[in-house]
Amino acid sequence: MYTVMTTQRNTRSSQLRNRISQGSNSSQTNLLAWKVNKGKESHSVEDSTSADDQAEDDLHKAVEYFQKGPKKASLNKDTVLEKHLKSVENVAWKNGLTSEAIDVLLSVALSGKFGNAINTRILKCMIPETLISEDSVVKAVSWLCVGKCSGNTKVLFYRWLVAMFDFIDHKKQINLLYGFFFASLQDDALCPYVCHLLYLLTKKENVKPFRVRKLLDLQVKMGMQPHLQALLSLYKFFAPTLISVSLPVRRKIYFNNSKNLWASALPAMKLRNQGAFPEPPKLTLGPTKGCSLKRKWSSHSVIPALNSANIGCGEKKSLSDFLSSERSLPLEQLQSFPQLLQNIHCLELPSQMISVLNNSLLLHYINCVKDDSILLRLYYWLSQTLQEECIWYNINNYEQEKEFTDFLDIVIRVQCFLQEGFYSCEAFLYKSLPLWDGFSCRSQFLQLLAWIPFSSFYEVKPLLFDHLAPLFFTSTIYFKCSVLQSLKELLQNWLLWLSMDAHVQPVTSSPLETTLGGSMNSVSQLIDYVGWLSMIAIRLESNSTLLLHFILDFYEKVCDIYISYDLPLLVLFPPVIFHSALLSLDASILNQLCYIIFRYRNNLTAAKKNNLLKKEKSEFSLSSNICQEFNYYLTVMVQCLWMSTPFEGGVYIDPQLLENAGVTEYKNSLNLVHHPSLLSYAACFLLQESPEERTIDMSYIRGKTWNQYLDYLFSEGFQGLKLFIKSSIHRFSIS
Amino acid sequence: MDPYDSQVSTSRRRTSNLKDYFVGATPLQKRLESVRRQSSFFPSPPRRKIPQCTQLQEEIDPRKVAFLLHKQWTVYSLTPLYKFSYSNFKEYSRLLSAFIAAERQKGLAVEVGEDFNIKVIFSTLVGVRGTQRDPEAFLVQILSKSQSSREHGEGRVLWTGWFCCVFGESLLETVSEDFTCLPLFLANGAESNTSLIGGWFQKTFDCCFSPLAISAFNLSWMAAMWTACKMDHYMATTEFFWSVPCSPQSLDISYAIHPEDAKALWDSVHKTPGEVTQEEVDLFMDCLYSHFHRHFKIHLSATRLVRVSTSVASAHTDGKIKILCHKYLIGVLAYMTELAIFQIE
Repeated sequence: MYTVMTTQRNTRSSQLRNRISQGSNSSQTNLLAWKVNKGKESHSVEDSTSADDQAEDDLHKAVEYFQKGPKKASLNKDTVLEKHLKSVENVAWKNGLTSEAIDVLLSVALSGKFGNAINTRILKCMIPETLISEDSVVKAVSWLCVGKCSGNTKVLFYRWLVAMFDFIDHKKQINLLYGFFFASLQDDALCPYVCHLLYLLTKKENVKPFRVRKLLDLQVKMGMQPHLQALLSLYKFFAPTLISVSLPVRRKIYFNNSKNLWASALPAMKLRNQGAFPEPPKLTLGPTKGCSLKRKWSSHSVIPALNSANIGCGEKKSLSDFLSSERSLPLEQLQSFPQLLQNIHCLELPSQMISVLNNSLLLHYINCVKDDSILLRLYYWLSQTLQEECIWYNINNYEQEKEFTDFLDIVIRVQCFLQEGFYSCEAFLYKSLPLWDGFSCRSQFLQLLAWIPFSSFYEVKPLLFDHLAPLFFTSTIYFKCSVLQSLKELLQNWLLWLSMDAHVQPVTSSPLETTLGGSMNSVSQLIDYVGWLSMIAIRLESNSTLLLHFILDFYEKVCDIYISYDLPLLVLFPPVIFHSALLSLDASILNQLCYIIFRYRNNLTAAKKNNLLKKEKSEFSLSSNICQEFNYYLTVMVQCLWMSTPFEGGVYIDPQLLENAGVTEYKNSLNLVHHPSLLSYAACFLLQESPEERTIDMSYIRGKTWNQYLDYLFSEGFQGLKLFIKSSIHRFSIS
Repeated sequence: MDPYDSQVSTSRRRTSNLKDYFVGATPLQKRLESVRRQSSFFPSPPRRKIPQCTQLQEEIDPRKVAFLLHKQWTVYSLTPLYKFSYSNFKEYSRLLSAFIAAERQKGLAVEVGEDFNIKVIFSTLVGVRGTQRDPEAFLVQILSKSQSSREHGEGRVLWTGWFCCVFGESLLETVSEDFTCLPLFLANGAESNTSLIGGWFQKTFDCCFSPLAISAFNLSWMAAMWTACKMDHYMATTEFFWSVPCSPQSLDISYAIHPEDAKALWDSVHKTPGEVTQEEVDLFMDCLYSHFHRHFKIHLSATRLVRVSTSVASAHTDGKIKILCHKYLIGVLAYMTELAIFQIE
């Protein structure tokens, strides 16, 4: 029973939608058609006794009653009327009325067949199920001209029109009535509501000098009214050369929506319409509230508000300008991403380009635009503002510092959104980094550093990195770690940029290859610089585990350049870093080192294979030095961790020396069992194997137990070690 | 065909040639290059030319020049104006006067072109530039049209501001044709008016004003360069002001020298003909310091130079200048332009 009913309702509502879409052009929305359809449907489910259908039936009768008008001679005239009104109200507030019913009832309400009170009640329940037909509105407006309805009814009608504006299926014909509505401004009682309607209706072509003059006259007559201000500022927005208005800063609300009688019905209507009106995707990026710092000059927040440009400042327009301005989309109407895509060729750009910082939709536009002047406008504004707002030009003002960090955060967020750095920020760093105390706005500065656009390291070094180094060496370990983190991000951004660019370009052009080599050179210089910083930092911080983590994090990026980014670059870490990591007392460092060695091995193998394949083409040749160096690292690791023969192949130490030092049992001391960072794991493993043992004998771990021990380590999360052993050591199963 | 359509912008950023990054082909790249140059030579080039009378000055309208002289101007740096056109001055006057009228009665809209009690005049300052490549300077005047002045035909000047660029090559070469580079802006009148009008320019031409403070370092350069200028007759004494920050009131030290003595001192330290070098500037100031110390036992080098005034011009560290000698108008503006460009780079 239930299922039958729901399908029935579904089909009906879909039919209804169809009808609306068909009917919109053909203007056939009469009651007859509605009745025929209605009859068919009720026939299909004869035994339906649901309350809904009962209500629909009552509504049907009610509409018929209203259309015919009250019977003069009827005895219980009032009760019948009341009954029918009730049934209309019931359906309206529960499910909404069909566009046909609204068409009929609207005409009834405005034609003056009934008294004022009834008209008011009818108008108040004109809630559509989905949409209102444009023709109904046009018809209703024509009733206004007949002059059969009272002033109050007119007011209510305009209020209804404003409230339901979004639910009218088309607005083209309504817009043709613009002149009529505009004339209604004369009526003092109607004026606020007509203003609101015009505010919703106005298009660029509606703004005419005679209308501007009329509005200004009204303003003189009525004084500073918010609704007039709203309409005037919209006019100014469309035609800045005709009118000038400056609005008080605080005013944001022009129209009082609290008096919306239909507010409670709107959510349900929107829900019913969801199919027809998809919610615009939420793409808000910037903070919604502006900065509170009152800037001296006109703009009240650091970033100016979005305003479209004053085009047509008397400048000569080309033909294409004329064509495009005809259809151009004002920025304030830009709400959704699909809308942006449709209008991307005819967007009116903001008068102050930098206002895009707070608008994620326009940032998408900026991201794909190829106009240098747009970027230059951004560049100049941003450079100036960064410099002017920068706190150490006007020090000792906490409030200002907060403003500045907030502003930097916005800029950084935009850079992350666009996935590229601004040149202004780079230029700002040139100026401010030499003066930086390494403390104020630390996180922001380091993030700006990470987004420096790719450029020649040789050129940037004296301007940035030479100033960064002394700060790095003299600051705390936490500062060192954050700098390394930022440099890792910088490397990653450069690599991403280069890998994208390298693929865009045709590979055959010869000048490119030299510049690709040049850019690889620049990257490798950056890596060398970080290596140099790291080596000194390791000594300064006496092998701090935390620091080593950050250093190895950086090299996790470095070791994978060839495979992950498909760029011809292989740089190894300096021996100091290798040895510090190998001899670290922290097991996770050792694990990380194993992982890096494993990745280096993969990258080198891939490079070698490629090198053999296309020797003639690639300019990049795998130098034998790198291979030798890597082999040294690999040998040392295998000998120490696995073969228990340290100091034989790689690091050679004269046995005599060790003997003199009183170290006799050194062979095992760096293997997987005895390595200082793994010793505790070995002990745990043995305890787990034989919990009763009182003394632990490390030499027990060998042969089969060695393998079990390895599995134990892997289960403890030594994934790097696992990959390293699997790739570099051939394990023979020992029975 | 629309000229803008056929103009295919050379690629940039992600889609740009790697080569661009090393050659610096896009305007932004050129900008960055120039900033890098600037930053490497911080704080300023070690030598400059002594201001000379240039040929271009001959075409300057003497009445307009007289208008610019002997007034105190507050200086600002200004980023290039976007889509500014010299042929639209009438339109700009109309819009700006309506804007000012609307701002004065906040909330009330006004019709553009209506008759207000103020009048805005845009006009060019022919000849106020260093080379032919510099864009023409222009003047904006706000006049009040009171009842009495209407009868006389001319209004009272409420506010004046002018925009100029003198020897601004370093900036010019890095912008595209949509921009007009007039990096130096000078205003005379109520600060509230300056901010109002500045705000309108910022909104209309997407530019950015910032106050141009003159550091003590630059003030000593001005002192040396202006002392070095050849004068037919001196109009004012050469005077320096130093400020000593102490409570409750800061102590100001004024140091006036007869201009001919200052010139003699300069001639004694000056070696390279036609040029001023950093060493000469330092030496010149050191001589003044030691002279002062001999008499008053005060080390002026430990205080802050805040004002310099000579017969050529005077300048205050707050960014206020007054030009006295029409012969060196261009020379003074050239140095101010240089400072303004340095600030917007």
